[in-house]
Amino acid sequence: MQRKAVALISGGLDSLLAARVMLEQGIHVEGINFFTGFCVEGHTHAIRKKDQKKPKRNNALWSAEQLGIKLHIIDIIEEYKDIVFNPKYGYGANMNPCLDCKIFMVKKAREWMEAHDFDFIITGEVVGQRPKSQRKETMPVVQRDSGIEDLLLRPLCALNLPETKPEREGWVNRDKLYGFSGRTRKPQMALAKEFGFEDYAQPAGGCCFLTDEKYSNKLQDLWKARGSKQYEMDDIMLLKVGRHIRPEPGYKLIISREEGEGKFLQGYRKQYPSLRTTSHPGPLALIDGEFMDEQIEQAARIVARYSQGKMADEVELEFMDRDGDTRLLKVKPLAPNELPGEWMV
Amino acid sequence: MSLQQLDCRRLLCPMPVIRVQDRVQQLQSGDELEVICTDPGVMQDIPAWCRINGHQVLEQRQQGDEYCLLVQVGSD
Repeated sequence: MQRKAVALISGGLDSLLAARVMLEQGIHVEGINFFTGFCVEGHTHAIRKKDQKKPKRNNALWSAEQLGIKLHIIDIIEEYKDIVFNPKYGYGANMNPCLDCKIFMVKKAREWMEAHDFDFIITGEVVGQRPKSQRKETMPVVQRDSGIEDLLLRPLCALNLPETKPEREGWVNRDKLYGFSGRTRKPQMALAKEFGFEDYAQPAGGCCFLTDEKYSNKLQDLWKARGSKQYEMDDIMLLKVGRHIRPEPGYKLIISREEGEGKFLQGYRKQYPSLRTTSHPGPLALIDGEFMDEQIEQAARIVARYSQGKMADEVELEFMDRDGDTRLLKVKPLAPNELPGEWMV
Repeated sequence: MSLQQLDCRRLLCPMPVIRVQDRVQQLQSGDELEVICTDPGVMQDIPAWCRINGHQVLEQRQQGDEYCLLVQVGSD
């Protein structure tokens, strides 16, 4: 009887190798990829014009294609909020709840496994590879808290861990699993070479925006301004785009830095009041939050500062409210010394 | 056989792929789905998803700032 495994596929090398090791042993493998909303994959490529020269492939899909397996991409944006708001095991260096995230994903994969009559789960985890979620002490925590117990197999580091049910029952051959550990990537790279994988993803700085310090700061600023931990998909998308400037506690400006971002922000002009320069080439800015009428001029002066008219005595801008009503403003661009560093989010 | 439309404009990858995946689950083999998107990434991602899941992209084209793909649901 051919056993069936669900592989958590991130798009990185480790999950690609773990799945391939199982295929080598004759296991039927299908992949799952979870989309939290914070995944680095894809989004910024689509937004920033300068990034559009890079390949836009989705690495999880690419991995599945290399492996010849199906991939199920699952939207967990709403459910994931609770992990971001209240991580039982806390955050990492930034707003990254890595251990809670791993537990949650394995739990969701377990539910999928049970619903689709699969036998066990595999991940590309390696003992000691990540300071928060991939340590020897946390490996059993993931198994316990997700409810998967010994139906979770980590083929790349299985030899450093207790036997799991797939090994005990002979569904997989433990002798053909691996004992990788630590932060070195050399064993994985050697195995990739053995399998003939060449063009695999080499992520710099992880695959989640929550591990990014600047992004985390923006998220915390958003929560502080709103007085509660909450976000919608548009919020977390917009945190990835533009220059964020908060001149008053009640509102902030999201100012495009280049053409691609301007084009992207254009799509939000019905949801957010906006400012754009008309007398000089310049950015598009969205205004997020509540503001008084007299603060529009302050906002306009800031936006003018980032236009090609920044040295001019006067710059004209168009303000558009959520109803699409517009009016023109003429302002003196803010001088560099009038833009305090603490406004920059 | 039916032809349905799916509007994925303003969604960034992988959301258009997820929307296609969810809609295809409700369709029958041979049905066609026309998807309209604004993220250029769909021109790679939706065909890749179709290849690994046994569906076929019959047509893909760019119209101004929009990307249009016609997907035919496979038999599996």
